[in-house]
Amino acid sequence: MKASRTITLTAAVLLVACMLGSALFLQRLDKIRTGATLDEVLYITSPKAVKRLALGYDGLLADVYWTRAIQYFGRNHFLQTGRYELLAPLLEITTTLDPHLRVAYEFGANFVAPAPPNGAGMPERAIRLLEYGIQQNPQEPKLFYSLGFIYYLELKDYAKASETFAAGSVLPGAHPSMKVLAAQCAQHAGESQTARMLWIMTYKTFPEENVQASALAHLEALAIDDGVTQVENAVTLYGRKTGKLPPSLGALVAEGFLPGIPLDPDGHPFKLLPDGEVRVQSPDSFPFIQKGLPPDYKPKPSKLEKFYKMRLQEQSR
Amino acid sequence: MNARIGHIAFNTFREAVRDRVLYNLIAFTLLLSGSAILVGQISMDVERLVVVNMGLTAVSLFGIVIAIFIGIQLVSKEIERRTLYTVLSRPVRRWEFIVGKFLGLAGTLVVNTFFMAIGVFVALLYVAHKFQRPDGWILVALYFIILQFLIICAIALFFSSFSSPLLSAVFAFSLFVIGTFAEDLRRFAAMANSVTRWLVTGFSYLLPNLSSLNVISSVAHQQPVSAQLILNNTAYAFLYAATALCGAVLIFERRNLK
Repeated sequence: MKASRTITLTAAVLLVACMLGSALFLQRLDKIRTGATLDEVLYITSPKAVKRLALGYDGLLADVYWTRAIQYFGRNHFLQTGRYELLAPLLEITTTLDPHLRVAYEFGANFVAPAPPNGAGMPERAIRLLEYGIQQNPQEPKLFYSLGFIYYLELKDYAKASETFAAGSVLPGAHPSMKVLAAQCAQHAGESQTARMLWIMTYKTFPEENVQASALAHLEALAIDDGVTQVENAVTLYGRKTGKLPPSLGALVAEGFLPGIPLDPDGHPFKLLPDGEVRVQSPDSFPFIQKGLPPDYKPKPSKLEKFYKMRLQEQSR
Repeated sequence: MNARIGHIAFNTFREAVRDRVLYNLIAFTLLLSGSAILVGQISMDVERLVVVNMGLTAVSLFGIVIAIFIGIQLVSKEIERRTLYTVLSRPVRRWEFIVGKFLGLAGTLVVNTFFMAIGVFVALLYVAHKFQRPDGWILVALYFIILQFLIICAIALFFSSFSSPLLSAVFAFSLFVIGTFAEDLRRFAAMANSVTRWLVTGFSYLLPNLSSLNVISSVAHQQPVSAQLILNNTAYAFLYAATALCGAVLIFERRNLK
């Protein structure tokens, strides 16, 4: 074998061996430094400074920051860390870089506003984000809708919610029921019927699969909450009439306090406990319910994705 | 066009195309457009935006790198290899040499941009499955990117006409960075008083204004570009490039090549 050929062969073998070796050590380093990559640090916190440093290529940088915000929220949501300090700054940088990135306002506000474990629990920051979005995109009714939504559901500021829906309803492209929603908020604030209407409109207005799945989940949760309230009222009435607690749901139906055995959207009947409390059989299937939950129940956010997909598949069928 | 300028331009183009670095950059840009698809998948509802933003940014940045690194060598390489003396000993004027070099490099960049643009549109078709009418504005963004290249080429050639390649690269890149802040500089100037105001304003007009040539973000959102902007940008870019080119010719005409 010629000397040059030997060198070539040796170098090639060494190259492959070193490459594989470095990959192996990199894997070990990743294990040692868990979570070190994309550490939760914002080196530059000023959105304006980031925009300047983008050298005019701010559109691409906005996409990168938006992806980073999603990954940040997703990771903390999945791990249930409850830490979302960087979410709002990441979204603010994203929208400063690209003020027309509508998705960052709509979804971003829905990550920031809801209370944990479904969100960061910062409705004020979500409102600030949406107000900036409206300032930059004043003809976008969906941003008004999202803002009104947060006023209504998160802050329970029904007057502001009504005012925001009314402002958005006059814009071109606004859903016709936005006007009705504004009136409904003003007259029937706090009622589950109004919340139901909000979610129905969300389902109709937003074509995105995950938004529609979330709307369906919230509608189901409202139906369960109403069902539980109905059974609780029936238990009270039964107690007043008989002086004791009902032994079963069947007894409530037999006495005429309920029209039939109430079922959850999966077709399972509610459980009536001996002390008169009402429970949902499988609370993990309905992540947004407020009633019918055991006292120490903690929702499992990691199941949300699976749940959304399942509900959408059912809906499409 | 003068036949001698045409020959110099063609040879510059041929030499640049033969340059392996150039091929690598094109391949890398296409790779980058491909990676845009991957980024689109780990993000949310911005796949199309990512493809357009990343594709056009790659076209622009790689073109600028090519413009600077080839542009700064156009004159120095000819002097180093002593081929410049052979060229100038023929009936070729110095200004013809500079203009020919500029046109050759500009032609190379236009051809490169053409292939890079194909990559961007293929990636867009892959992600969006079909083209929409507003996607046509991407062509305008590409045209503006080419105008940017003309300015950077002329600047690189200007510095190359009197400085070393390393310093020319530093100067040209610095002007590119400052050029993206040109609008800010004029705004700051407007805030100042009397003499400072006039000095800073005058200085800002000497610098290239590259920010108005960057419409990547707005075309990614399918927003139209006004005909007025296209016309004004075209006129500005050609005039600025011509100014820098004239500067290069003036310096090169007086340069002692012995």
